[in-house]
Amino acid sequence: MTALPLLLLAVLFITAAIAGIVGPWRQQAAFAVALAGAGGAFALAVAGLVVVLTDGTIIHELGGWPPPIGIEYVLDPLASYMTLVITGIGLITLIFPTRAGFDATPPRRMPLYPLVLLLLAGLLGVVMAGDLFNLFGFLEIYAIATYALIGLGGARATFAAFRYLIFGTLGSMLYLLGVGFLYLTTGSLNMTDVAAQLTGIADSPTVAAAFALIVIGLALKMALFPLHVWLPEAHSFAPPAVAALLAAVQVKAAAYALVRILLSVAPPELLDGAVTATSAVGWFGAAGIVFGSVMAILQRDFKRMLAYSTVAQLGFIGLGIGLANEQGLTGALLHVLNHAVMKSALFLVAGSILAQTGIREIPRFAGLARRMPLTMFAAALAAASMVGVPPTAGFWSKFYLLWGSVEAGNWAFVVIIMASTLLTAGYFVRVFQQVMTFDPAEEAVANAVEPAPQYLAPVAVLGAGVVVIGLGNFAIVSGVLEPVTAALLPL
Amino acid sequence: MAELLFDRTVYVGVMVLLAIGLYGMLAKRNLVKKLVGMVIFQTAIYLFFIQGAAQMGATVPVIEEELGTAADTYVNPLPHLLILTALVVGVGVLGVALSFLLRIYRRHGTFDEDEIAAQLAAEPIEGHRVDDHGADHGADHDAADPEEPRS
Repeated sequence: MTALPLLLLAVLFITAAIAGIVGPWRQQAAFAVALAGAGGAFALAVAGLVVVLTDGTIIHELGGWPPPIGIEYVLDPLASYMTLVITGIGLITLIFPTRAGFDATPPRRMPLYPLVLLLLAGLLGVVMAGDLFNLFGFLEIYAIATYALIGLGGARATFAAFRYLIFGTLGSMLYLLGVGFLYLTTGSLNMTDVAAQLTGIADSPTVAAAFALIVIGLALKMALFPLHVWLPEAHSFAPPAVAALLAAVQVKAAAYALVRILLSVAPPELLDGAVTATSAVGWFGAAGIVFGSVMAILQRDFKRMLAYSTVAQLGFIGLGIGLANEQGLTGALLHVLNHAVMKSALFLVAGSILAQTGIREIPRFAGLARRMPLTMFAAALAAASMVGVPPTAGFWSKFYLLWGSVEAGNWAFVVIIMASTLLTAGYFVRVFQQVMTFDPAEEAVANAVEPAPQYLAPVAVLGAGVVVIGLGNFAIVSGVLEPVTAALLPL
Repeated sequence: MAELLFDRTVYVGVMVLLAIGLYGMLAKRNLVKKLVGMVIFQTAIYLFFIQGAAQMGATVPVIEEELGTAADTYVNPLPHLLILTALVVGVGVLGVALSFLLRIYRRHGTFDEDEIAAQLAAEPIEGHRVDDHGADHGADHDAADPEEPRS
């Protein structure tokens, strides 16, 4: 059973290689391999979560070398929760047609399936790495896959991907430099061991510099305001299925790494420096909520609006990390799942609209609900959840964040979370006013029909997921997230 | 004392390289220069790790009978291994970046960031409808392909 973390990675790496080999021969075969890979990883992730919750953390020591000398992969409650989110969303977005909704005519052949599998493998590696340098390695694996995936989307996407590559590499390199500082002071790379070594030397300036570099590097990868500059371009020009995957899970991996490092490697009570780093993440998150929402209101392009909304929603996760209390962390981690489900649903809806009508601009959406009722219904559910209407999923993460803010006595955060509801409603009302209240104005809309089942199925699953997660919220919080927060926060 | 001075000089050099790299990445408008800045930044970090492993008077980390097993007689090999991994990763990123540059240059005929942005802004954003360009779906698609749009 201890081989489970390695098995998860092996399944994805091997299927990525196979999909890469068979892809040029038959796209359909690559699709089948990709489904098998993601499906297998999802099944393993479910098994992992069940085992971890009943029997406790699974640790795999690579090659039988015990840490801190050896490398370990750790599947604890938090990691297994994240693996389930990543593989689940990965599986659903793979079903969505890859060639739909491109900026221009899609390339004849594209290695989308092997790259998606490589991306998922990198993300799982980040989540399970028990060692700071392995975390860096996996950060780069998923980053390279991401650059290539974004670059598939045409001329604009290539330019956006190049700019993202520069910022992304800067982020991982700052992280690596921070790890170098930590390694030269503590002599260890294993997370548990570094945490133990830090107790004696916590107030040294080297350690403070190390954590500053790590936090800035990861915040850049997570697109935490004001380091979000690469995200709107990259996500709005990436192919819709790719954008759904990126917004849903890719940026969350860096958020996860931030949680790990700020709360378990350097717990706030250990370091004075980390307390300021943790609360800085919270304040930048709060600023990101306001900035991202306002920018989203100003956009004409639907995908670009969704990308700015991602900046805002990542702010909620940053805010929850910054609170560093039980409710705040529960809210942040719940929001990782909720935002993954609702934002991927909305990006896939954007892809369906593009595939059926070729329209990206919100003012031209008039009357879409008449022509594509099921798609728009799922979109409305996801949007309601984004605003935070009970009993949808989004309500609960905001509820826990609000509770955490009140508990921490941080009234500024309370005001921002409340106001964000209005701002989020602001940009979705604009869309749904066009979609629902007007008659079709454009020919493309008037002739549009409900998309084929392979478009509709993932959107419907995610739309239903928003409600199911909302209703089953207590089971998730008490079953999964309570052990997670209990392990991360000292009581 | 000499050791201390030696250490500091290299670290100062690393910081200067980091600053040059950062300047190249963020301030230059030419995409190739941005990439060069990125490589300089990466190299500075590699040097930082290698310097961290350096030890005056120590030898290669292969245990010799006459030197014994005391840790300070050998250079720490771990940073070298880490950097070997980081180098490989860096080459991967560089390869992807160069292929992007090739595509950007073929399409726009320039590496100037502002000019490319201006060229892209001048083009209309046209969504691709699956029903258009039926022939463009590629020879690698067989009829029963699940991605094929409905007809």
